[in-house]
Amino acid sequence: MEDMKETVREYVVREYVEDDSEITFDTPLISGGIVDSFSMVSLKRFLENKYKISIPDDKATPEAFDSVNKICALVVEFTK
Amino acid sequence: MSNIISYDERIKNFDWSISEKELDYQPGNVINIGWYCSDRICKLGKADKMALIWEGSQGQEKRYTYNELRLTSNGVGHFLRGLGIQPEDRVCLFMDKIPELYIGFLGVLKIGAIVQPLFSAFGDESLIVRLENAQTTAVITQRKHAPKLRKILDKMPYIKHIIIVDADPAKPLGDREVAFDMDHAFKPEDFEIHPTKAESPSVLHYTSGTTGQPKGVKHVHYSLISQYLTSKWVLDLLDTDIYWCTADPGWVTGTSYGIIGAFSNGVTQCVLDAGFSADNWYRFIEKHKITMWYSAPTAIRSLMKAGDEVIKKYDLSSLRHLASVGEPLNSEAVIWSEKVYGKAFLDTYWQTETGSIMITNFPGMKIKPGSMGKPFPGITATVIDADTFEPFDGPGKIGLIAIKPGWPSMMRTYWRNEETYNKKFKNGWYLPGDRSSIDNEGYFWFVGRDDDVINTGGHLVSPFEVESALLEHPAVAESAVVAKPDFVNMEVVKAFVTLKPGFVGSKDLDLEIMNFVRKKLSPLAMPQEIEFIDNLPKTRSGKIMRRILHAKEWGEEIGDTSTLEND
Repeated sequence: MEDMKETVREYVVREYVEDDSEITFDTPLISGGIVDSFSMVSLKRFLENKYKISIPDDKATPEAFDSVNKICALVVEFTK
Repeated sequence: MSNIISYDERIKNFDWSISEKELDYQPGNVINIGWYCSDRICKLGKADKMALIWEGSQGQEKRYTYNELRLTSNGVGHFLRGLGIQPEDRVCLFMDKIPELYIGFLGVLKIGAIVQPLFSAFGDESLIVRLENAQTTAVITQRKHAPKLRKILDKMPYIKHIIIVDADPAKPLGDREVAFDMDHAFKPEDFEIHPTKAESPSVLHYTSGTTGQPKGVKHVHYSLISQYLTSKWVLDLLDTDIYWCTADPGWVTGTSYGIIGAFSNGVTQCVLDAGFSADNWYRFIEKHKITMWYSAPTAIRSLMKAGDEVIKKYDLSSLRHLASVGEPLNSEAVIWSEKVYGKAFLDTYWQTETGSIMITNFPGMKIKPGSMGKPFPGITATVIDADTFEPFDGPGKIGLIAIKPGWPSMMRTYWRNEETYNKKFKNGWYLPGDRSSIDNEGYFWFVGRDDDVINTGGHLVSPFEVESALLEHPAVAESAVVAKPDFVNMEVVKAFVTLKPGFVGSKDLDLEIMNFVRKKLSPLAMPQEIEFIDNLPKTRSGKIMRRILHAKEWGEEIGDTSTLEND
């Protein structure tokens, strides 16, 4: 789980953070304006590719994607 | 009783001088939006009234009275003059929805310079084409966005200053960068406001078309006359209102109604600079007791998706009037909002070029859910035949929306692109590029765009720009971009791509291309779906037939394929 969190955190920093802001596992990503609703689609695609899962659209909500911790909980939920 | 009182009475005796008189403006006089939105409100005795209540994503809050708005925007003007910024120089605002964006807007106008707002999520390619076209002199930004500008600065010799409003004193500034802390800067009590006149340029917003580069829509200070009165009669702004316009001032709604309309009417407005979540939005309404809420169909449908249960957690009884803009508001959303909020969202129709609301539903008027409503008083709008450009002689026929030019906030030209501007007019009508019909009671019903421009979440995306960006990816041989239907955003970007030899379509390549476009242009322009195909449909002359791909996405008839290459 810790490895997954670090992988997701690194991806978020690399793809969506423009400055040197620190991103923790609890940093609000969607409500904090770091990842917008359009970009969420690419984040979802990354998770699906990386972890070979399929996240239903109705589960990919702004609330479920709002932190690294929440995202990893979602990935675990859909990992067989 | 609403401000408009009676639509039917207003249209009988309307003249824009009604707005001029309310603003104490006489033709030929000085008219400066920056002054009208701050100094004038203070002169009316509201200096201590709250103008702006801002809340950040971490819950931090800042408040500015109208006097503080006046003084701080004076400080911006003073600072810019000190840098040598001249009237009509273009000053870009490249910021999130922070107070500096709202106050900077007024400060730039006060010295007679032209505000060029740009959406803070724009990538480097989107920035370059817009700054290059405007030959921008200065950019006001935040340190989080400065890296994007540093990356492209070598290509933009005309930019003299990058003004950073939250510079870190511990870190050195880059080339052409200067720190400016608006809150703590010198704020002159007496500031000489540039004597702009009605036709002096004010705002330069960029908008996308089907082909060619984005166009700079030039507005003038006289636009205030439309923006003030439409805010008063359509948004029904009252002195006691707590107003929330959810639009980003990187786009026209955020400036026409998120700044000019709100402040020229002297209301208190709230701004939430945070990403979307239903809980956070409802909490914000409850906390600030929002009374007038101007939002967008995309947000409304996202709230619908979040469900009715979350609404019960909050007290939203302060809401008295709701309106929507960006793309057509579907009837389900209108009916749902009436059910859950006790008030229906009223749809308003206009665009960057019109500068203010053109066709709309008014407070007190019979609402037909799904309809655009009726023209604002003083606006002559109709539907014309797409072949003859003549108005239809009866109701119910689908044609092009056409508006008689001459209202105060009409764009004056496309920046350095008079040729494209002239093409927007046919047979004495201005054509916004949308299709609709009119029913037997005079209500307009939106049908769709008349071109290939994609309206996603209320923002226009040019397929040409996305296709051009796609072609810069090393794996892409050819591309065609169309709109794909989407419940929340109405439309999203879909790309059809053929690959160069040696590349194979895969999920990883799909993601790589999505991110490539997102960083180059913006998240809005990022294809939400990419389909790898062997060949794109083309005419025998080699032109890509987008309409065939569009029809496939929308489940429509493909139509005439006689010119198709592989037929």
